[in-house]
Amino acid sequence: MPYLLTINGQSHEVDVEGDMPLLWVVREQLNLTGTKFGCGMAQCGACSVQIDGVATRTCVLTVADSVGKNILTIEGLQSPQALAIQNAWVELQVPQCGYCQSGQVVSATTLLEQNSNPSDADIDAAMSGNICRCGTYPRIKAGIKMAAAQFYNAAGAA
Amino acid sequence: MNIHRFLKSAAGHQAVDNNRRSFLKVSAGTSAGLMLGVSFNGSALAQSAATEAALELNAFVSITPDNVVKVLIKHLEMGQGVYTGLATCIAEEMDAAWSQVECEHAPANTARYANLLMGQQGTGGSTAIANSFMQMRQAGAAARSMLVSAAAAKWQVPASEITVTDGMLTHGARSATFGELAIAAAQQPTPDAGSLTLKIPAEFKLIGQENTLRKDVGKHNGTAIYTQDVKLPGMLTAVVAHSPRFGGKVKSFDAGAALARQGVQQVFEIDSGIAVLATDYWSATKGRELLRIEWDDSAAETRGTADILQQYRGLVDTAGAVAESHGNAEQTLAQSADVTELVFEYPYLAHAQMEPMNCVAQVNGTSAEMWYGCQSASGDQAAIAQLLGTGIEQVKINTVFAGGGFGRRANPVSDYVLEAVRIAQQVQGTPVKLVWSREDDMQAGYYRPAYVHKLSASQDANGKPAAIQIRVAGQSIMAGTSLGAMMISNGIDITSVEGLSDMSYDIPERQVELHSPEVGIPVQWWRSVGHTHTAFSKEVFIDALARKAGADPVAYRLELLKNNPRETAVLKLAAEKAGWGTTQLPAGWGRGVAVHTSFGSTVAEIVDVSVQGNNFKVERVVAAIDCGIAVNPNIVRAQVESAIAYGLSAALADEVTLTAGNVDQTNFHTYRVLRMNAMPSVETHIVPSTNPPSGVGEPGTPPIAPAVANALAAVTGRTFTRLPLKLA
Repeated sequence: MPYLLTINGQSHEVDVEGDMPLLWVVREQLNLTGTKFGCGMAQCGACSVQIDGVATRTCVLTVADSVGKNILTIEGLQSPQALAIQNAWVELQVPQCGYCQSGQVVSATTLLEQNSNPSDADIDAAMSGNICRCGTYPRIKAGIKMAAAQFYNAAGAA
Repeated sequence: MNIHRFLKSAAGHQAVDNNRRSFLKVSAGTSAGLMLGVSFNGSALAQSAATEAALELNAFVSITPDNVVKVLIKHLEMGQGVYTGLATCIAEEMDAAWSQVECEHAPANTARYANLLMGQQGTGGSTAIANSFMQMRQAGAAARSMLVSAAAAKWQVPASEITVTDGMLTHGARSATFGELAIAAAQQPTPDAGSLTLKIPAEFKLIGQENTLRKDVGKHNGTAIYTQDVKLPGMLTAVVAHSPRFGGKVKSFDAGAALARQGVQQVFEIDSGIAVLATDYWSATKGRELLRIEWDDSAAETRGTADILQQYRGLVDTAGAVAESHGNAEQTLAQSADVTELVFEYPYLAHAQMEPMNCVAQVNGTSAEMWYGCQSASGDQAAIAQLLGTGIEQVKINTVFAGGGFGRRANPVSDYVLEAVRIAQQVQGTPVKLVWSREDDMQAGYYRPAYVHKLSASQDANGKPAAIQIRVAGQSIMAGTSLGAMMISNGIDITSVEGLSDMSYDIPERQVELHSPEVGIPVQWWRSVGHTHTAFSKEVFIDALARKAGADPVAYRLELLKNNPRETAVLKLAAEKAGWGTTQLPAGWGRGVAVHTSFGSTVAEIVDVSVQGNNFKVERVVAAIDCGIAVNPNIVRAQVESAIAYGLSAALADEVTLTAGNVDQTNFHTYRVLRMNAMPSVETHIVPSTNPPSGVGEPGTPPIAPAVANALAAVTGRTFTRLPLKLA
């Protein structure tokens, strides 16, 4: 049946089964392939998107439960925090294979939007749901701190 | 800098090797390979459009009129940095501006793109830079020479008077970009290899610098294209129900309910199980749940890992095939009053790369076109051709980024690739994307084999090891593969004992023996191959001997490495940077060391752990590496960090077990891997070198687990002989 979704600021009507995970809707129905399939049971975080500002695993979220929410995929992240994270990712050469990095960026952006000066413990807590088998964790942590410095310093100066 | 340069190279000042180059040249106007025969959705469109206009100067370098240097990368980019590394070598000798360089994967073409250390096109063994360092530089120098010749002809000036800097050719007041000269350059004759002059290291502008990847690689914003993202017109998605046990076959199946499900198009049996084809992944996977399959396990492996390890424990008490022998270690040990003996155990390991295995195939009669993160181009191409009864020229492979590999994607029998082709054969002309779920991936085998080692040694009056005997029991990775003939001799699969049979420690009498039992569990290389287990036994054992001798673990090793200046230097650097013996650790903390040489490089790691009750945390790792010339020091550091994380995951958690032939682990909740909260800080120091580049992707993995075990031993006084490590 048809479902009306709000993704990256646009309305999309998709005609799929209600139990189809949002992951497959964005990837295969809407061709937003930045969001990745990693485990299918909310263990790895590769499929993370922001839903109403919260980093959410779309491999276990049905399309029926996604209606009426503000959904931002990696393609639609535009906040200053998202841009700062992505710039830091390039600057520090965070990605290796890169497959998990959309999810990492979504989780890191969400953390930074909620906490402009995260501690190591805050970062561990926010990011440990996102697996990276290339082990880019030290650079992810450094990237979050690099991005945070921009907001923390800006806030401190203001 | 002009072309009056020394005919010397970084690699020991040898002249350009004529035999190692086989540049092909095509006339101007021919497109360079056309990376992707189709238009992907999204950003990849732009990539193929730019390629069409490129003018090929040689097999690796094309230039577009709008001044982009297109570099074809013959290796798979799976995170190890080959795009940047190989492109750096080309741009260096071309004197290109780094900002004008773009990379694409080369097509499968063994004649053009063989790995010079393997004789076939493929990525592995940490050889990407090592095999191509000279080849890429020659390709860059050849391209530069053709650009200079084109400018000389156009301006009617001697080539020797033209300078090239940052992608600009200059003579007096005249100048031109590479792009402006691309058409004319492509019409120049291919320069004679002997006429090319490569830079000496002091002239390097890019090699040794920390270039960043171009932003448009798209790994920070979701635009990079992986196999999972390939979408072709009319494409179907396939999933396969595999036998729960290795070696099981389909006895019978009922597809009625699956076929009745919305979206499911076809269900049929293939060699490896029952394939379900649907319009999309969700329909395919839901359809698969509706299959009713009866399996024939008459030829299946039905043992569990407990049975298998029990068998191995028995084997290491018996003599095996001799892999290495000096003196008469067995006799010396038999006569020694005090022998240290340790038995080590290693589990099966899954690669668990983030992108589960997948492959896109389209078959038309006896030709095939493929899209995937292809790690073994020659092997896969030959296997596909054989399956289709056709020639390799009928098999076109388009390589896209791979979401991690760690060895898995270079499968010796092309398992997942042939599965995709077998499915595509049944739906002629229709592209099929084979997708494995995480569970499929986790349970499909091709694991790092389980092993048991027994090490026995005697020590002399000074505590130095006098004789050592090592017995290894575990499956051969190479047996039954096309590489077996090369890698197995006299019953010894060298990858089962590498790191032990060639250990650097000076021990007068030593014997290494191997048992390679046949077990029905598919096995494969896993980041750093045999060194994943041999380094652990060697380094934990040597630590135990040092403790018995009452010696400092670093000093003890240095004494045994007196004749090995390279390992000595790397170990000393790591010890110095870590503050070994000079810094005080908090109560409950311990420090451990390991040093190991693999893939031509030496890595030492020093680890600090903190212990609380039965829990511990790896707090800090200080690593030193000698990998010859570091083409890109930032990538070397990134790879050491990555190799440590990968090895640490196995040290702390990874383990595949089987019960009655069934794999117990299904997903990341049961196959535990390293997460952010367990990742230590990592500090990497690179030994300055002018030697040719050696491996970087793997050598950081072997030392981490033994260094952690040795740090735990420093706190607890216990010796840890089993992975993953557990305090209780």
